[in-house]
Amino acid sequence: MSEDLSRREFVKRLTTTGLVAAGAGLGAWQLFDPRRGDRYFRDVLDADAVTLPSFAVDRPASAVTMAIARGSEPDALVRAALGAMGGIEQFVQRGDVVLLKPNVAFDRPAALGATTHPGIFKAVARACRDAGAKQILVADNPINQPEGCFFKSGLTAAAGEIGADLVLPRKSAFHPLKIDGEVLSTWPMFTEPFEKATKVIGIAPLKDHNLCSASMTMKNWYGLLGGRRNQFHQRIHGIVSDFPHMIKPTLVVLDATRMLMRNGPTGGSLGDVARGDTVVVGTDMVAVDTFGYGLLGRDPEKLEYLHRAAARDLGSTKWKEQVWREVTT
Amino acid sequence: MRITQARVVAQIFFMGLFLFFAFVTQFGYLKGYPVSLFLEVDPLVAIATALTTHSIYQGLAWSLVLLLPTLLLGRFFCNWICPYGILHQFTGWLFNRRNAKERIESNRYEKLYALKYYILFWMLAMAAFGSLQVGLLDPICLLFRSFTVAVLPAIDMPSEWIYVRPHMHQMAWVVGLLLVFFVSMNLVIPRFFCRVVCPLGATLGILSRFSLFRIERDPHSCVDCDLCLQRCEGASDPHTNLRKSECFVCFNCIDDCPHDALSFEFVAPLKHEVAWPDLSRRRAVFAGLLGVFMYPFARRSGDLDKNFAKEVIRPPGSVAEPEFLERCIKCDQCIRVCPTNVLQPAMLESGIEGVWTPVMNMRMGYCELNCTLCGQVCPTGAIQKISIEQKLGLREFTDLGVVKTGTAFYDRGRCLPWAMDTPCVVCEEVCPTSPKAIYSREVEVTTRYAETLRLRQPYVDPELCIGCGICEYECPVRDERAIRVTAVGETRSTDRTLLLSLIEADSATRAAIVGAGPAPTFGAVATSAMASITSLSQATPQSQPKASATAGCGSSQCGCKSKGEPAVADLPTLLHIESPES
Repeated sequence: MSEDLSRREFVKRLTTTGLVAAGAGLGAWQLFDPRRGDRYFRDVLDADAVTLPSFAVDRPASAVTMAIARGSEPDALVRAALGAMGGIEQFVQRGDVVLLKPNVAFDRPAALGATTHPGIFKAVARACRDAGAKQILVADNPINQPEGCFFKSGLTAAAGEIGADLVLPRKSAFHPLKIDGEVLSTWPMFTEPFEKATKVIGIAPLKDHNLCSASMTMKNWYGLLGGRRNQFHQRIHGIVSDFPHMIKPTLVVLDATRMLMRNGPTGGSLGDVARGDTVVVGTDMVAVDTFGYGLLGRDPEKLEYLHRAAARDLGSTKWKEQVWREVTT
Repeated sequence: MRITQARVVAQIFFMGLFLFFAFVTQFGYLKGYPVSLFLEVDPLVAIATALTTHSIYQGLAWSLVLLLPTLLLGRFFCNWICPYGILHQFTGWLFNRRNAKERIESNRYEKLYALKYYILFWMLAMAAFGSLQVGLLDPICLLFRSFTVAVLPAIDMPSEWIYVRPHMHQMAWVVGLLLVFFVSMNLVIPRFFCRVVCPLGATLGILSRFSLFRIERDPHSCVDCDLCLQRCEGASDPHTNLRKSECFVCFNCIDDCPHDALSFEFVAPLKHEVAWPDLSRRRAVFAGLLGVFMYPFARRSGDLDKNFAKEVIRPPGSVAEPEFLERCIKCDQCIRVCPTNVLQPAMLESGIEGVWTPVMNMRMGYCELNCTLCGQVCPTGAIQKISIEQKLGLREFTDLGVVKTGTAFYDRGRCLPWAMDTPCVVCEEVCPTSPKAIYSREVEVTTRYAETLRLRQPYVDPELCIGCGICEYECPVRDERAIRVTAVGETRSTDRTLLLSLIEADSATRAAIVGAGPAPTFGAVATSAMASITSLSQATPQSQPKASATAGCGSSQCGCKSKGEPAVADLPTLLHIESPES
C-alpha cells in the first residue's frame, strides 16, 4: 500500500468497488432465468396471451337466429334483414363500441367480388350508428398491403362517410390469443380493436375458395389472425371450424349481393362474379354459411368445415330447424 | 435581416421540403406533390442522363432552373438548397469543438478538395458509354436513398409512424453506415463530402467559372487577419484570391470580416480570382481513362447478357437492362413508394454498375397487381410511367399483352403437396390473375403408412404467370421457397423471353392454344376469362361520367396523376365502380 493513501480514501474506494460488485451480483440474481427447453418457449408464447370475451347477446329461444333478405339495393337489404332479426337495437345499444370486420383480404376493386361490398358495409355501420353506437371500428389484416386493400375495395371511403375508425394491422396491434381450439392453441391475434369493442359484427362476402371451397362468415375471422397464417392451409378445415370456437360475435352478415363463383378467393375478372342479390344476417355462423354455400350452387353436405364445427356444437348446419325469416325488398 | 439569416431560413425551408417529400412518397400520402423536384433540378442528373440517353427526360428540364442562376451567382445551391449540404453544415455546427484559430486552419483550401472533379470525370466518362453512375455519390440521390433504405425504417422501428407493416431493405446497414461515415467526417474535415467528394458540387464548381457575381476582397481595407476563414463553408480562400469553383456563396465571410473588406460583387476584376478548379490535366485524363477501362470491364462481366442473374427482377414498366442502366440514378424513390416492400436496393446481383438499383425480392414483398406507383415517381424513365391498363394488357394494350416481370417455377423437392404429402396450395390461393396462373390437380396418394390421401398439387401456367411473386412471398417454406420467381420470361427484353407463343401468337390464337390444351375444363375457364376481360373493358364506359369529374382514377392517393400526366385512364375508373351492374 502506497504511503499517500489515507484511511478515508481506502475505505471510500473499498466501499465503491464493493457496491458495484454487490450490484452486479444482485442484478444477476434478479435476472437469472432457470427455465429451459420446451417449457421456456411455451411460457414465452403464453406469457401475455389474452382471451376474448363473448360478444353474443342473450336472446330468448324464440328469437329469430337467421334472416335472409332478397333484393338488389344494399341499404334496403341490410335494413330488411336486420328488421327481420328483430331490429339492430336487439344487438347494439347506446354507448356500444362496435367492431366491424369486413373481408378486405385483397387489393381489389369492389366490383370484382373479392372483398366486402362497401354499400353493405356502410348500411350495417349506419344501422349501428343509428342504434346509438358510440364508436364504430373497422379492422382487418389483409393478405395484400393493408392501406391499398381498404382503399381500392372502397372501404376507406365508406368508413370515412360513416365516421367509422379504421384500425390498421400494425405490428404492435397483435398479441397472442389463447384459443384452445382443435388445431390452434395460442396464436397471434389482431387484438387492438378488441381492447375497446363491446360488440363485434363480421361482414363477409360470399366467395369461392381454391382450397376450402368457399370463404364465408366463418372463414372471415382468419383475417384477424397474424403470424404464420400460410401454415393454416395444411389443416384448413380444422382451422376454419376453430373460428366459431375462437370468437363469439354479436352478429354475422353474409354479403351475397355479388358472389365470386370461381377463381377464388382472389377473383380478378368480372366474369368470375355473379349477382346473388341476397344478404343473410344471423347469430349462428355455421347456419349462415350452410345457407350461403347453397347459394354458390354447391352441396352443404360436402363442406367439411361446416360439419366439423357442428359436430363440436359450435353451430348448426340444420338452419331450417332454427327460427329463420326470409324477406324480399 | 442579414443575408446569412435569410440563408438559414432558406436552408430550413428546403430541408423541410426535402423531408416532406421523403415522407409523402408513399401510398396514402402521395397527392400529386412534385416529390422528384430536388432530383429534377439537379443539373448533374440532367447532364449525365443526357450523355447516356441523348435526351432530357420530362421533368429533368427543370435543371435549367438551377443551372442558369449558377451561371450568374456561382455554387449557391450547395449552401442554400442542397439538403445533404445542409445536413453537413448543421452537423459541423452542432458538434464543433474547434476554437476560432483551429477553425480558421480547418477552412483553408487543401489539394485533396480537387478529388471531386476527378470523381466527376470518371462518372461522365462512364456516362458517355451508357453507364450511369452519378447516383452513387450525387448528394440528392444519396440522401434520398439513405432516407428510404436506412433512416425512415429506423425511425419506424420504435414508432410505427411510417409503415403499416415494417419495411426492411437488404444490406440497409451499408447505406446507413455510409451516411454515418459522411456525416461523421465533418468532425475531421468540415463539409468533407461537399468539399472532397460531391460530383454535383464539382459540376456546379465548373459552371461557377462563368458566374458574374462573386465574393470580392478589397486588398486595401483587408488587414490579413484571416477571420473570414472562421466559418468559410467551401474553403474557397476568401482571404486571398477567391477560388470561385469552391465558394458556396454562404456569405459567412462577409459577416465575419471586421473591416468590411469583403463584398458580393458583379463582374469583379479578374485578377482577384481563381476561376477554374485546381486541376491537373494529367490526372483529369487519368480519371476519364478509368471510366474508359471500367466500362468494358463491367460489360464483359456478362451481367447484362449471357450471365444475367435470375434475381435481377426489375419492377413492372422498367426498360430493357442496357437502357435501364442508362437511366437509373439509384435515387431509390421507387423503393420508397413501393407499398409492399418488394423493391430492394441491389448490391452486386446486377453487376458492378447496378449497385443500389431497384430489384424485386419476393421474400421481402410481392408486386401488387393494381399498382404502378414505382413508375409514377421515377424521375428518369428507367421505370416508365405506365398505367394499370398497360401493366395488365387491357383495352388498347391488348396487343402488347400483360407486362411480365418474370416467371414462377416450382421446386418440387421442397413443395409440401409434392414432396411431403401435406395439403397447402397457398400459392394458388393468392395468385392474382384471372384465371389463376397457378392451378392444381387433385391426386390420390398412398402415404408411407398406407393411408389414402387426396390432395392438390400445384403447377404454373407460364403463359398466364406475370412474375408478381406473391406465390413466393406467401409460400410457407420460409427459407428457400418451394416456388420462386426468376427473371426469365420478362417482357421488357426479347433476349429473356420464354415462350414463343407469347411473342408470336396473337391473342385469338393464344386463347385457342389454351383451349386445346390437356386440361379442357381449364381451357374453358381461360376462354371465358378472355370474354370477361372484354366485358371488363366494356363495363368501363358506363362508369365514365362518374370519373370525368376528376382526371385519372379520381383518387387522391393512388398517384396515377401525381405528375399531372394524362390520366391512367379507364381501369382505375373501373376500380371505383361499386358493382358490376352499376
